[in-house]
Amino acid sequence: MKIMVAVKRVVDYNIKVRVRADQSDVDLSNAKMALNPFCEIALEEAIRLKEKGQASEVIAVSVGPSQAQEQLRTALAMGADRAILLETEAALSSLNVAKLLKALVDREQPQLIITGKQAIDTDNNQTGQMLAALAGYAQGTFASSLELQGEEVLVMREVDGGSQQVALQLPAIVTADLRLNEPRYASLPNIMKAKKKPLEVLQPEALGVALTSNLRVLRVEAPTERPPGIRVDSVAALVDKLKHEARVI
Amino acid sequence: MTILVIAEHNNRELASATLNTLTAAQKIGSDIHVLVAGHECQGVAAAVAKISGVSQVLLSESPSYAQTLAEHLASLVARLGPDYSHILAPATTTGKNYLPRVAALLDVEQLSEVVEILAADTFKRPIYAGNALATVQTCAPIKVLSIRPTAFAPAAYGDHSAPIQNLAPEATPALSRVVAETQSSSDRPDLGSARIVISGGRGLQNSDSFQLLYQLADKLGAAVGASRAAVDAGYVSNDLQVGQTGKIVAPDLYIAVGISGAIQHVAGMKDSKIIVAINKDEEAPIFQVADYGLVGDLFELLPELERAL
Repeated sequence: MKIMVAVKRVVDYNIKVRVRADQSDVDLSNAKMALNPFCEIALEEAIRLKEKGQASEVIAVSVGPSQAQEQLRTALAMGADRAILLETEAALSSLNVAKLLKALVDREQPQLIITGKQAIDTDNNQTGQMLAALAGYAQGTFASSLELQGEEVLVMREVDGGSQQVALQLPAIVTADLRLNEPRYASLPNIMKAKKKPLEVLQPEALGVALTSNLRVLRVEAPTERPPGIRVDSVAALVDKLKHEARVI
Repeated sequence: MTILVIAEHNNRELASATLNTLTAAQKIGSDIHVLVAGHECQGVAAAVAKISGVSQVLLSESPSYAQTLAEHLASLVARLGPDYSHILAPATTTGKNYLPRVAALLDVEQLSEVVEILAADTFKRPIYAGNALATVQTCAPIKVLSIRPTAFAPAAYGDHSAPIQNLAPEATPALSRVVAETQSSSDRPDLGSARIVISGGRGLQNSDSFQLLYQLADKLGAAVGASRAAVDAGYVSNDLQVGQTGKIVAPDLYIAVGISGAIQHVAGMKDSKIIVAINKDEEAPIFQVADYGLVGDLFELLPELERAL
C-alpha cells in the first residue's frame, strides 16, 4: 500500500515572527525554516506503518518554493522513499494546495494520505479536509492514533471534551494531531542516504490545475501588546491582587 | 444577502459556540438562517428558533447526521450553499472538521478562526498562532467562515419564534462510520474551555511535582496544562500541552508555574485575561507577558498559595 504524506515548509516554531513595518506581511527574511511540526508527525506515522510492513512506499510531497526541497530531504532522511515538490513561489490558499495535491493523488493513487492537521504559519486547518472533498474520500481529522484494518483505517480523533473513533473506508485522508506520535530525528547515515533518494520537482502548470484566488490580504498587523504587569513580593500579595484587583478568584 | 449558520449540537442540546457564531453572523447581515442537521433533534431546532436574530430554522433529520460525520454533513451544506452569501460555523473541532469540506465542494476558499467582522467581505483572523492578525478581503461568491467562539459574545434568546422548515437529508455514500465515542471523565474542567488554567513547565523537575499543580487546580476548579518543555521531558502527557503546537487557551486566569516563557508557549496563552507567572528566574521572559509576577522557589510558593486560597 502506498502512503502519500503532504508536508509544508514553515517558519521554525521557536521563532517569534514580526510584522513588517509596512504591514504587508510578516517578516521571514533570514528566519529559520523547518518542517511544519504536524506534518512531521504525519510523516512519522507513515514511516512507522511501512516499518510494520503495512505500507510498501511512503511518498512525501510538498507545495512550495524551491527551498522546500530542504524539508523534503529531511522527510527522506526520516524514512520517506521518494519526494515530489510542486514548485511555486506563490503563497497559495489551502483550496489551491488541495487542488494540486488532488492532481498528485490522481497520478500516484495512494491508498492513504496523511497530512498535518494545520500549518503553524497560516493556521488554516483546511487542506486535508479539502483534499478529501475533492477526491471524494473519507476523512479522519485530529488523529491521535490510526490502525489499518482490512479495507478500513481506524482513526482515533481528538475532539472537544473527548475522543471519537471512526472507521474510514480506504482510500482515505487522515490529519495528524500532536498525540499521534513523537517524530524521530534523522540519523547522520540516513541524512547521507537521503541525498541519493529521488526528489522530483514539478511545475504546478504541468498538472493542468487552474489556480485562482478570491482572497486578498489587505493588512497584517501585530496583536495589541499586553500592558506591562507588576511584581508582587509574596503569595499573600498575589492572592490579594487576584481577589480584589483582577477579581478572577 | 442571506447568511447560513450551522448549529452545533448533540441532538439534545445546542452547543454554546453556536450562540457566539450567531453574534458574528449578526455583524454581517440581518437575514440569518440556521441549519440544524441531526437525528431526532426537533428540540434543538425549537430552541434555535427562539434565538434573537434568527429568521429561519432549517431542520434536516437523518440517522446519518446523528454524529456529525463530515462526509454527510458537508454534502448537505454544500447542496444548500448556493442560496447563501455566507456560511458560518463555530471553529470548534466539529466545525473545523466539516467546514473546509463544504468550502471545497462549493469550490470556494475558507477563512478560518475569524475574530472580527470589518465588513461583509472583510475579516480579521489570527495567523502564526496569534502573533499576527491578518485582515483579509474575499470576493468569493459564497463566503465560508469559521468563527472563533471566544472572540464574540453569545447571542441572546428573544421572545419571538422563527419558522422551522423541514429539509430532506442528502443521500451520501457511507465512507465512514463512528466506532466509539468517549467523553473525558476527568472531574477537572476541559483545558480548552476552563475559566482558570494552571500550567507547569520544566521548573517542576519531575512528574511527581505536578501533583502540587493538581492540588491547587482542585482548589480553584482549574484545568491543568503544561509547557512543551515539560511534555518533552516526559513529566505529563502531551494532551496537556499549551502552546502554538498544542492547545490555544484564553481563560480568565492563567497561572504559569516554572515556565520560562518560550515563544511557542506564550503563543498559546497570551490572550488570557489575567496571567500570573511564578518562576525563580527573575529574568525569565514569561514575566514580560504576566500581569502579576512572583519570583521565588515554586516548591515553597505553591503549597503556600494552596493554603492561602
